[in-house]
Amino acid sequence: MMWARCACLAGAAAMIAVGIVRQEYVLVLQKAVRICLECIGIG
Amino acid sequence: MSRMHRHRVKPGRFSRQTVVQLLSAAFFNGYAAGFQNGKIFTGGGKALCVPVLNCYSCPGALGACPIGALQTVLGRHRFPFYVLGSLMLFGVVLGRAVCGLLCPFGLVQDLLHKIPVPKWNVPKKIDKPARWLKYLVFVVLVVLLPAFAAEESGVIPPYFCQYLCPAGTLGGGIPHMILTPALRGLAGVLFQWKALVLAAVLLAALFIHRPFCRYLCPLGAFYALFNRFSFFQLRLDREKCTGCGACTHVCPMAVEVPREPDSPECIRCGRCAAVCPEGALSCGFARGVPAANTPDAEKQP
Repeated sequence: MMWARCACLAGAAAMIAVGIVRQEYVLVLQKAVRICLECIGIG
Repeated sequence: MSRMHRHRVKPGRFSRQTVVQLLSAAFFNGYAAGFQNGKIFTGGGKALCVPVLNCYSCPGALGACPIGALQTVLGRHRFPFYVLGSLMLFGVVLGRAVCGLLCPFGLVQDLLHKIPVPKWNVPKKIDKPARWLKYLVFVVLVVLLPAFAAEESGVIPPYFCQYLCPAGTLGGGIPHMILTPALRGLAGVLFQWKALVLAAVLLAALFIHRPFCRYLCPLGAFYALFNRFSFFQLRLDREKCTGCGACTHVCPMAVEVPREPDSPECIRCGRCAAVCPEGALSCGFARGVPAANTPDAEKQP
């Protein structure tokens, strides 16, 4: 069980690191700092 | 169709779970200025995914909704390493304790369920298959449609957020309609549909505990995959358990706790542990050593 947890933890950390290198957080930020009209029901 | 439960609310007392939930809701929506001026937070914190279903268009939101962020990245035809990695991190550490202890929309359902009306026990032949719906919501609305289905205009909307998410309507839509008159004029059929979905979920929460978490939440579906091996666990000491059923009776997710303490449906709210007369249940972070007589005791190192 512990190996599964640690493997998953390592995998998550690696994916976050890859995502940061690829600047995916910029996409997230660009979406999140504008009012999402679809989310609030305007479309 | 329904059987009534006796009402189990103890008035006038906040449980530890409720206190944690309230603090969490305040933490994730701490941008108070947003509620005053109707403008959302635009700081760098919005690049971070929060672990809960919390619309990033909520005037108070300080972080990004992970489900909305997932759809955004998929809609750009990119593999979502960053968002998926964040979700995996939350999942492996907490599992569905996120649902039971941190999620603001879970808190809303919990509070509504305290209102003294007859409670319904959903028949198993409806409840069991309906639990799979949230996985379908995740796969279709959150992953496949944003990844592959553009509208006629070529725009790829966040399908789950646009057509289903009641947390977005409650946390984002309604406050903005109140705070920003210009937006009110733009509300049409879509807003009416989302308001209807929200009303249905909130109404259902009066009678059924956590209906959205049980049947529709894609984030809960994702975290459920991690429940069996997350660091945060519900542990059952079978030597102490007398089979009284008090835990199952109080469980908001209708989990048969003695049979399946690591159920994917368990939201680790701790209510069962609080009510167990023998102290056979406990919630917390596992240390790698199994509790005595748990089903996995022989398998773990």
